[in-house]
Amino acid sequence: MSNINDLKLTDDLFEKLDDSEKNAEFIAMESKTFMRDSWNRFKKNKLALFGLIFVTLMILFAIFAPMFSKYSYEMQDLQNRNALPSLEHLFGTDKLGRDIFVRVMYGARISLAIGFASAAINMVIGIIYGGISGYVGGRVDMIMMRTVDVIYSVPGLLYVILILMVFGNNLTSMLIAISITSWVNMARQVRTQVMSLKETEFAMAAKVIGASHSRILLKHLIINAIGPIIVTLTMMVPQAIFTESFLSFLGIGISQPQSSWGVLCSEARGLIHTYPIQIIWPVAAMCLTILSLNFIGDGLGEALDPNNGGMN
Amino acid sequence: MFKYTIKRILVGILTMFILSTITFFMMKIIPGNPFSQDNKVLTPKTYEALEAKYGLDKPVVEQYFIYLNNAIRGDFGESISKTGQQVIDIVIRRAPVTARLGSVAFVIALTVGVTLGIISALTKKRWVNSLITTFATIGVSIPSFLLAILAMILFGVMLGWFPLVGLKTPLHYVLPAIALALNPISMITRLTRSSLRDVMSKDYIVLAKSKGTSELWVIIKHGLKNALLPVVTYCGPMFAFLVTGSFVIESLFSVPGLGMEFTSSVINRDYTLIMGLTLFLGAIVIIMNIVSDIAAAMIDPRIKLGK
Repeated sequence: MSNINDLKLTDDLFEKLDDSEKNAEFIAMESKTFMRDSWNRFKKNKLALFGLIFVTLMILFAIFAPMFSKYSYEMQDLQNRNALPSLEHLFGTDKLGRDIFVRVMYGARISLAIGFASAAINMVIGIIYGGISGYVGGRVDMIMMRTVDVIYSVPGLLYVILILMVFGNNLTSMLIAISITSWVNMARQVRTQVMSLKETEFAMAAKVIGASHSRILLKHLIINAIGPIIVTLTMMVPQAIFTESFLSFLGIGISQPQSSWGVLCSEARGLIHTYPIQIIWPVAAMCLTILSLNFIGDGLGEALDPNNGGMN
Repeated sequence: MFKYTIKRILVGILTMFILSTITFFMMKIIPGNPFSQDNKVLTPKTYEALEAKYGLDKPVVEQYFIYLNNAIRGDFGESISKTGQQVIDIVIRRAPVTARLGSVAFVIALTVGVTLGIISALTKKRWVNSLITTFATIGVSIPSFLLAILAMILFGVMLGWFPLVGLKTPLHYVLPAIALALNPISMITRLTRSSLRDVMSKDYIVLAKSKGTSELWVIIKHGLKNALLPVVTYCGPMFAFLVTGSFVIESLFSVPGLGMEFTSSVINRDYTLIMGLTLFLGAIVIIMNIVSDIAAAMIDPRIKLGK
């Protein structure tokens, strides 16, 4: 037996390892950001994905379809009234010979704008109100929440109608009316989140370091409550679209020429016995959009919940 | 219990007071007054006489106290668009119609909703469960008036099974009542389903089963009794929904009830009628909220301690 020292170790005896073997012993999964993790979970929910695609398409059509169509939403073709769907007019024409496809897409602009804008305003009011109420606590919280209870116990629609009567039947006053009455849910949601988050260690740490109250509230508490806030926000969009169309359908919401989906339904209503197809289009557009937004909300609710299995 | 009841009633009265105050001042800040909108030319004298008749010549604060004082006694004055008719008489005449339609919808919502919820919670067949869940999702998210329009076209216009106008025969009730009840049915189905599922996995259910109690009795006596609490709490908001839902359902099916009256009063800018109806509908919703809260507190004593 020869001594080990006698072995001749030349370079050609060794072989370089493949790079992939470097971390063979390293056990950890790929690090993912919160957003990417959520997106992966969201993608798995087929309904939510369908909703997202549908709403995106709807928004694109709402923006571009009226621009590129050869018809405008108010152009009348009296020779061609109450036409059935054809290649010329995709959804047919209404009682004044106006192209229903363009009108539905134009209505989508108004309805979606109301939905998203009022949700955004609601979010701001809700975060400020709920944030202050939950953060300050004590007597302030009690008074603020009793106020919310009082507002909540009367159907918001009654207030919306009163506000519309004061400011007139147009888009701006509809936005004001919906925003003033529907921030209550958001405020409650934010308050609950802030109340539980302000007891956590990181909030305490921020306080000890000497961060200001507004910084703790915005940068530490609200940011960590962003999941539930986004979910509530998504649910508010269909709610606002519904309120607007409900009132416009009754003739006490917004009025011509701002023809939202509700206005379109209300116009086609008189022809429900003779040309039921005309009311189907705006109704279908609204049903699918509202359903899609609800699917997105449900999907986001599952996806943004940090306790919802991070390993996949 | 007594203390909780008193507290809820006091909050209700406060809410009512705030609603009436908001309504009054809203009506005051609306530009113009009911008479200036008339196309008829009014001589200054007639104008003054009209203002005096409705008390509009007094200072606003005084008007407010007169209004509050009258409102407590149920006197909302005379309707502006329907001259000679007292608001309270219109309300009394129209309310039974809405109440009938509303109670039919209420009963349908409770029975169908609870039944579907129980089936969905207890069934072992997967497709039954997913069918009910899909139905509930659609019912919760799609506004009732859109479903009502679709139902009108399908069952009224195309199939011709049900009449579409008025409330003369029991057959007339079918479509509007179902349209009104769809959303509450779906809410109740969801509530019953999730709470019954929770309850059925509790220890006392296992105990009751292991003691040999029959399956049906366990579900009724031990399961449902505890699972229906959320449904009782939901009854208050459901009334609010039925009231606002009646606005559009009544207008759609030409039912001469409070909802239709309210819509037309807004279109006609009939201020006294709007105020009267807002307060009346608001009061009903507030009272129903109190009743369902107290009922829930009676069933589950933990609720009143939490407040």
